[in-house]
Amino acid sequence: MGLMQLDVPEASGGYRHYGVLARFRTAKELYRACEAVRDAGYSKWDALTPFPVHGLEKAMGLKPSKLPFVVLATGLGGAGLGFGLQSWVHIMAYPLVISGKPLFTWPAFVPVTFELGVLGAALGAVLGMFAFNKLPTYHHPLFRSPNFARVTDDGLFIAIEAWDPKYDDEDTAEFLSGLGAAEVEHVPIEDPADDGDGGGGA
Amino acid sequence: MAQSQDNTHEPVAGRAPLIVGGYDFRSLTEAVAEPVERKTPIGWWLFFLPSLAMLGLFGVSIGWLFWEGTGIWGLNNPVNWGFAIVNFVFWVGIGHAGTLISAILFLFRQKWRTSINRAAEAMTIFAVMCALVFPGIHVGRVWVAYWMFPLPNQMDMWPNFRSPLIWDVFAVSIYGTVSLMFWYVGLIPDLATIRDRAKTRIRQIVYGVFALGWRGSHRNWLHYERAYLMLAGLATPLVLSVHSVVSMDFATAQLPGWHTTIFPPYFVAGAIFSGFAMVMTLMLICRVVFKMEDIITMRHLENMAKIMLLTGCMVGYAYGIEMFIAWYSGNPYEQFAFANRALGPYAWAYWIMVSCNVITPQLFWIKKMRNHIGWLFISSILINIGMWFERFVIVTSSLHRDFLPANWDYYQATFWDFASLIGSFGLFFTMFCLFARFLPLVATAEVKTVLPEADPHQGEELVRVVRGGGDGEAVPQAAPAGGGGA
Repeated sequence: MGLMQLDVPEASGGYRHYGVLARFRTAKELYRACEAVRDAGYSKWDALTPFPVHGLEKAMGLKPSKLPFVVLATGLGGAGLGFGLQSWVHIMAYPLVISGKPLFTWPAFVPVTFELGVLGAALGAVLGMFAFNKLPTYHHPLFRSPNFARVTDDGLFIAIEAWDPKYDDEDTAEFLSGLGAAEVEHVPIEDPADDGDGGGGA
Repeated sequence: MAQSQDNTHEPVAGRAPLIVGGYDFRSLTEAVAEPVERKTPIGWWLFFLPSLAMLGLFGVSIGWLFWEGTGIWGLNNPVNWGFAIVNFVFWVGIGHAGTLISAILFLFRQKWRTSINRAAEAMTIFAVMCALVFPGIHVGRVWVAYWMFPLPNQMDMWPNFRSPLIWDVFAVSIYGTVSLMFWYVGLIPDLATIRDRAKTRIRQIVYGVFALGWRGSHRNWLHYERAYLMLAGLATPLVLSVHSVVSMDFATAQLPGWHTTIFPPYFVAGAIFSGFAMVMTLMLICRVVFKMEDIITMRHLENMAKIMLLTGCMVGYAYGIEMFIAWYSGNPYEQFAFANRALGPYAWAYWIMVSCNVITPQLFWIKKMRNHIGWLFISSILINIGMWFERFVIVTSSLHRDFLPANWDYYQATFWDFASLIGSFGLFFTMFCLFARFLPLVATAEVKTVLPEADPHQGEELVRVVRGGGDGEAVPQAAPAGGGGA
């Protein structure tokens, strides 16, 4: 899996900022703020937290993950492959009569079928999660904010992206301050001196 | 022990805190990340170097085995399975507690698991590594070990998928793979924490690469939590299947003492029993060495002691039922096998097993013993010894006297048998030391969710009760179970 690109639109050259980043003090404040951002009609935004805040997807108005469908498909695929392999081996590739039993002894194939089904489903869960989340994405404009290192410690953030139709450099920042943010800042979309890496997210 | 607040009693109102010591998000990050970042303490070397020496012994004993063959072991004609299989079953069993803690307790919403699940999962992976070595080396002709896998080859031969031995190859290797993925997925947010705190370039790069650019986005957490739940749901039947399949290696044989239908549940209960004993041993050491008595609290230890009591009783029940069925079956071979187990040449091993596994955990009925650090440590070691002997008894005492008295013999382990057993502990502890040195020992992101301030509806439940029920305003549904749950 290669390095995935950001959701930055083609014309990103026209944006000075990636967007506005606001830090909130408590999970409760963050939850309320997410409800407000959702109700204000923003769509290109995100909450960034050190741990999954319980029920935040409701406050953000996110749809449930589609991952279970991927897991179901890969799990059934793994099980089917396992059953097919065993049947093919014992009926066609290497037919061997053992203690007078039939070649197609499907009950004996159950354990390996089950194990390969679990393997397929687990691979689907992990790789599917990576694909949905675009991991690995080693570089992200948010890592340019020195404050943002707190996101893996105690920082609870909301980031509204500049290409949201309702976004405005001044108004959006004021809106987030009004929701009780402790700090509000504009995150640059390009490094001021773009000679490598801005630090933060290696 | 005295400096920690006692959280083993349920208060009259509310719930006892899962972690004590007044941690907030920041101090918790600090407490978990600090051991990864500070200079290597002397105490770590005291554990690491002996482990490394034992690992060296493992290497020598495997090298000598490959050079000379399985004749260096004490195997003889009736006892063709010796220490290698005993160790294999022992190590696979150890791993099971890790999956129980990480997956089954997760599905049951047992939030106390968050303090110990990372270390327990690591233990699982290292135990499965130790286990996988033995079937690999015990085949005698190791250069054809690849015959165990369904690989196309020049002989046009395929494995027999009707054999439990091949089920075992799939069950254990897939168990190892899925455990590794589960562990790594859990590690990603904590690796990002270490990345963001890294002071040196090399740490930023190494931890950064493995953190995959994680930035705590809730759009990511949504898929992440779903993936974690699915993995827990998958690992639960998987772990039950693994030791069931291991037990079928024995149960499908016609040998008295092996040929019993009780084996799958009996093996699974024993596996969880021994695994919890190993988690207990490791956690008792780690919480002192890394000063985490407030994160891995008495409550965690007491809960583990309760699970050991439960599984210990299940194992004791299985020993009793085995005896009963041997008598009730009316089969003279079966009756002889079990009389021989308790009274024959291996009676010493049988009674070590019974006293360690059945009698030792009974003291956990007493709360004082569940809260006694010294006894917890001693009993965890005794139970591990007992569970190793359980596998020894099953393998050896059944094999050494089968149907024909002319075949009978006594199996005596050699130096190299013991070298490979001790060596496998070397591999296990070396890996665990490296893990405890370089990776966060506690799942920080998960522990943060059990702090009361992580609950976005903190206090709202109380407000609603005081106001006399939903007055409709701003309170989104019933507040999800309070942060301090379980």
